[in-house]
Amino acid sequence: MVKPMLIRFLIGGTVVTVFSVLADVLRPKGFAGLFSAAPSVALATLTLAVTHEGAGYAALEARSMLAGEVALVVYALCCVYFLRVRHRRSAVIALSMLGVWAVVAALLYLEALR
Amino acid sequence: MVVKWNVGALKRTQWHEYLVRFALGGGITALTGWLGEKWGPIVGGLFLAFPAIFPASATLLEKHQTEKKRRAGIAHTMRGRDAAALDARGAVMGALGGMAFALIVWKLLPHMGAVSTLSLALGCWFGVSSVVWYVRKHHPWSRPRTARSVTRS
Repeated sequence: MVKPMLIRFLIGGTVVTVFSVLADVLRPKGFAGLFSAAPSVALATLTLAVTHEGAGYAALEARSMLAGEVALVVYALCCVYFLRVRHRRSAVIALSMLGVWAVVAALLYLEALR
Repeated sequence: MVVKWNVGALKRTQWHEYLVRFALGGGITALTGWLGEKWGPIVGGLFLAFPAIFPASATLLEKHQTEKKRRAGIAHTMRGRDAAALDARGAVMGALGGMAFALIVWKLLPHMGAVSTLSLALGCWFGVSSVVWYVRKHHPWSRPRTARSVTRS
């Protein structure tokens, strides 16, 4: 139980760090922003899922990921509004808007996935 | 506008800031795996699109931009928040590419090899996101209102 979790943690952490380094070095900043929504967690998780659970299991995860990405678009649009128009602090907005992501993801789960 | 590398930007980021991102990314990946084991792949899959990098990157971006302006003698600036907003706009486009990634993995993974499907999906994420960014950047609608009216006249 602990060992697979540790492997997940190490692989996920490495992939996310690689994408965030790319986001740091790329210019213009608007283009680098693409890497803030890179499928880094998905890449690590789906690779492990195919290895341990099989392709069918990973495909089902990817189907749910589609709904999660819709929630991510809504989350990022809310962040744009509160940062660009309202000039709120980044840390406060980026963390509080996680609630918006959770609500949209939950609604899509109840309406389309369950 | 040409996309460039600025390796010097890495010097502005301290090692503990990468450690935070590593811990967040690792934590979310471990959490997704745990959720999948507990509630199945449908619930676990939702968290594959959890905004894991954005909160850390936007916070650091605001901090770095504000420090840069402070060193230049500008105490109160919204530049950091504007830079974070630009990052968020990029995240919208990245998430649209993420939809293409998820769609390809969902439809092709049961029929193709894992390595080729994930490589193709990653390529499509980058392609779709970049095309949306390019169109958004170069479309006349994306220019400020004044610039548009000048171009028309």
